Amino acid sequence: MINKVRPHITQNEDLLFERSSPGKVGYQLPALDVPLVDAAAALGAVNVRSEIEGFPEVSEVEIIRHFTRLSTWNYAIDLGLYPLGSCTMKYNPRVNELVARLDGLAWAHPYQPEALAQGAMEVMARLEAALAEITGMDAVTLQPAAGAHGELTGILLIRALLEKRGDPRKKVLIPDSAHGTNPATAAIAGYAVENIRSNDRGMVDLEALERVVDKDVAALMVTNPNTLGVFEANIKSIAEVLHKKGALLYMDGANMNALVGIARPGDFGVDVMHLNLHKTFSTPHGGGGPGGGPVAVKKILEPFLPLPRLKHVRNKWTFDYKRPRSIGRVRAFYGNFGVTVRALAYILAHGGNGLRNATVDAVLNANYLRKKLEPYYDLPYNAPNMHEVVFSDDRQAKLGVRTGDIAKRLIDYGFHPYTVSFPMIVRGALMIEPTETEGKRELDLFAEAMISIAKEIETDPEMVRTAPHNSRTSRVDEVAAARRPVVRWKPPRAGSKAAD
Amino acid sequence: MLAACGVQSAEELFAHLPDDVRIQQPLALAPGISEYEIVDYFRNRAAECANGYASFLGAGVYAHYRPVMVDTVVSRGEFLTSYTPYQAEISQGTLTTIFEFQTMICQLTGMDVANASMYDGSTAVPEAALMAARVTGRNRVLVARTVHPEYREVLRTYARYDHMPIDEIAYVADSGVIDLEELERKIDDQTAAVIIQSPNFFGIVENVKAAAEIAHRRGALLVVVFTEAVSLGILQPPAAADIVAGELQSFAISPSYGGPYAGIIATQEKFIRQMPGRLVGETLDSHGNRAFCLTLATREQHIRREKATSNICTNQALIALMATVFMSVYGKQGLRELAEQNLAKAHYLSGKLQPRFSGPFFNEFVAATGRRSPDEINQGLLKKKIIGGLPLVRWYPELENCVLLCATEMSRRERMDEIAQAFSPVQQAA
Repeated sequence: MINKVRPHITQNEDLLFERSSPGKVGYQLPALDVPLVDAAAALGAVNVRSEIEGFPEVSEVEIIRHFTRLSTWNYAIDLGLYPLGSCTMKYNPRVNELVARLDGLAWAHPYQPEALAQGAMEVMARLEAALAEITGMDAVTLQPAAGAHGELTGILLIRALLEKRGDPRKKVLIPDSAHGTNPATAAIAGYAVENIRSNDRGMVDLEALERVVDKDVAALMVTNPNTLGVFEANIKSIAEVLHKKGALLYMDGANMNALVGIARPGDFGVDVMHLNLHKTFSTPHGGGGPGGGPVAVKKILEPFLPLPRLKHVRNKWTFDYKRPRSIGRVRAFYGNFGVTVRALAYILAHGGNGLRNATVDAVLNANYLRKKLEPYYDLPYNAPNMHEVVFSDDRQAKLGVRTGDIAKRLIDYGFHPYTVSFPMIVRGALMIEPTETEGKRELDLFAEAMISIAKEIETDPEMVRTAPHNSRTSRVDEVAAARRPVVRWKPPRAGSKAAD
Repeated sequence: MLAACGVQSAEELFAHLPDDVRIQQPLALAPGISEYEIVDYFRNRAAECANGYASFLGAGVYAHYRPVMVDTVVSRGEFLTSYTPYQAEISQGTLTTIFEFQTMICQLTGMDVANASMYDGSTAVPEAALMAARVTGRNRVLVARTVHPEYREVLRTYARYDHMPIDEIAYVADSGVIDLEELERKIDDQTAAVIIQSPNFFGIVENVKAAAEIAHRRGALLVVVFTEAVSLGILQPPAAADIVAGELQSFAISPSYGGPYAGIIATQEKFIRQMPGRLVGETLDSHGNRAFCLTLATREQHIRREKATSNICTNQALIALMATVFMSVYGKQGLRELAEQNLAKAHYLSGKLQPRFSGPFFNEFVAATGRRSPDEINQGLLKKKIIGGLPLVRWYPELENCVLLCATEMSRRERMDEIAQAFSPVQQAA
C-alpha cells in the first residue's frame, strides 16, 4: 500500500533556449547617469564581441514559471525523509537563510577595511571556537569550501609537519570502507594510497594495521563512525599504533552527527579532521552545494594552517599573514562565509545540550529503522550502529532485484532513496541515515514502504525492477547519456524538425 | 520507539562506546537561544560591518545588483533542500537547471563543454592546471603575474606536492598586459599550461589570441581565467583558450565576505574526459521522454577513487543556480547593456583620475595616487562613507602609490565625483 503520496499534475516545461524569442527581456536597469562609452573605442574593436549566440531572451513571468515548474520536479527535505546514508540530510532551519542575507554580512567585501568587518570576523572566530570545543581540537580553519577540500587541506598539513620533521613519507592508509574522496585526496597531495581491509565486524583490523604501519606511512584516514555506521571501538589503540611509528591520524568527519556532545575526536587520538557544515550543522545542500569543510587540528599542526589566521589584538579582530610555516592558501579569501553564518546560527539555536540531544535522536532514529527492517533485509555486519544502518540486498538479489531497483521503487512510495551500493565492502548496500529531524510518523511510513517493497519483490520482481512507475520521469537511461555525451543545448539545425 | 529498540532510554544505545572515548563533561557552549535572539545576534554583528557605504572595491569580488528573482527562486525548498541529483528520476529540476547553466557558460565563453561548477575561481585555477598536466603529460606551469594574487597563492599550494614547478610571467610596465616576449623566452617543451587572466587583475583586457599562439606553438595549453563575468557581455569570448577557469560571483552572488561563490571550468570537446567536476548530460527515460542525468562519472572520485580527475564532490550547485537565474533575467540584451553601463561608469571615473596603465580596461583600473598615499586618501573617503580603491603594494611592491578601483552599474556619479575630489584636493579647493 502506498500511503504517503498520490500522483498530481506537474507542468511540462521547455528549456529556456527553446522558450526564447528575439527582443523579449526580463530585466530593468537604471538610466545611465554618465556618458555612454563607445565600446570599440574603449576596448579596441577586435576585443568587442557580437551578440551572445543562443543566450536566453525571455520575459519575467516566463522566468518565474520556468524555475517554479522545474522545482516541482525535485524531491527535497522539505517534502519528506531523505535517508541518504553519509549525507546527513536534516532539516535546514530558515532563520539561517535570513541571517546570512543581512546586508552588513551579505554585502561585506573581503577587502573592506578590518575596522568595517569586525562583525563578520567575530562570527568566524565564534564558529572556530565552537567547532574546536565540539571536536576537542586546538585550532580550526574555516577556509576549505567543502569536505573533500577539507581533506586535502588536512593531508597537506600532515605533509608539512612530516616534511619539517625531515621526511614527508610516501603513503596514506585508507580502509576499504572509506568515501571515494579519501583516496582521491591522498593522490592529489602526492601520496600513494594503500587500502586496508576491514575485519568481519566492519572495523579497522588492529593487528593488520600494526603490520602495515611503518616509516613510509604518513597517516591513516579513518571515518568514525565508519561508513557502516559502526563506531571504531579500537580508535584509541589505532591512534597509538600510528603515533608510535610517527604517523598521524586523520578523521573524515562526515559522520560527526553521531558524535556531537557524546565523544570528541580530539579526546580519542585524532590529530586532524574535517567537518561538513552542510551535513552535521544543517546548512542546506542546495542540490549539491555550497558546503563548508572546516579543518580542526591539534596544536602540533596549528603553525601550518592556511593563511590568514584570525587574531585578537587590543580588543579588535585582525588577519595574521605572518605565518612562515603555513601551507599557504587553499582558497581565495576566508572560505564560504555565508555557510559559516548558517552553521553558527544552528549551533547558537541548539547550545551544548541541544546539540547532544540531536545526536541522541539521530542514533535512536537509525536504530528504530534497523529494528523495523531487520526481519526483511540482510544485515551484513551485526555490530551496534550509530546514526546510520547498512543492509545488503542479498535476499532480494536471489529474486533478481538489486539495491538500485529497490531504491527506484521507493520513489513510487514518495521517498528519496537511501544511498545505493555504498560502502563498497557490502555487496548491494542499502545505506540508510534518517537524521534526528524525522518524527516517528515519517519513519513508520518509510519502514512500511521498505517492508511493502520486500513483499512485492517476492510476488512481482519485474514490477520493482522497472520502477519508478508513478513519477513524472520514468527510469532514466544513464548508460546512453555516457555513451554519447550531450552536455549542452544546441539550436536545431536548419532543415531538421524544430523542437516544439 | 525505545521499546522497539529494546532499550529503556536512548542513552543505552551508546553503551557500546568504550568509556575512555566518551566525553567527560558537557560541551562548554552557551545554552540554546530562540529565533528572535539569533536574529538579534546577527543583526548586531551585521551592524559592526560596513553599512550604507558606497564601495569601489573589485579585485575579484564585484558589487552588482541582485535581481529579486534570484533569491525568490533559490529560496524554493525544492532547490534549497535537495541533495546532489544522483537519483535522476526525482531530481529533474536541478538537473535541467544545471544543463541550462552548462549551456549558458559555453555560450558566454566560446567553449564546447562546461562543468556543473567548482568551489570558486581560485580553486578552478589549480584544477585547470592539473587538467592541463593530464592532457599534455607535462608538468610545468607558467602563470601571469596579472592573474589574481590570491588565485596564484592557491595554485602554489596545490602545485607544491604535485611536482608542478611554477614560474611567473611579468607584465609590461606601461600597458599592464602580460609580457609576451618573456612568455616566449620562458615557455619550453615541458610547459603544460600557460595561465592568463582577462580582464586581468588590473582590469585590463589581455590579448588571448597572441598568448594562445605562443602556448600552442610549444604544445602547451592556454588557460584563461576570468573574475569579472559581466565582462563577457561585451568582450570577445576567450575562444582561443583550451581551458577557461572562471568565477561567477558577479552573477547575482552576494560578496558575502568572500564566499560562497561559484567557479567554472569550461573546455573543448576533445578534453571532456580529463575535466574535473560534475557534468549533466541529456538522455531519455524509459518512456522516451527527454531527461537529464549526471554523466561521465567514471572521471569522478566516487567511482575512480585515487585515479579520479579531482577529489571534488560537493560543489556550489545552489550558487550556480543563482547565476543561472541571473543569466536568464538579463538575457542576451540585458547582459550587453549591463556590461555597457559598467564600461561607461568605470571610464567616467578613470577620466577624472590618473590611470597607471595604458591597456584597455573594462570596469576596473589602477589609479596612481600621486604624492598622497592610498591610505591617506582612503581614510578621507571613509569619512564620507565611501570605501575607496584597493592598495596594491601588498602584492606589487612596485605599485606603491597605486589603488585598484572598480565601478559598476551601482556606482553613482556623485560618489565618483567625490572620489575624484579626494584624489586632487587642490583642485577641489580651487
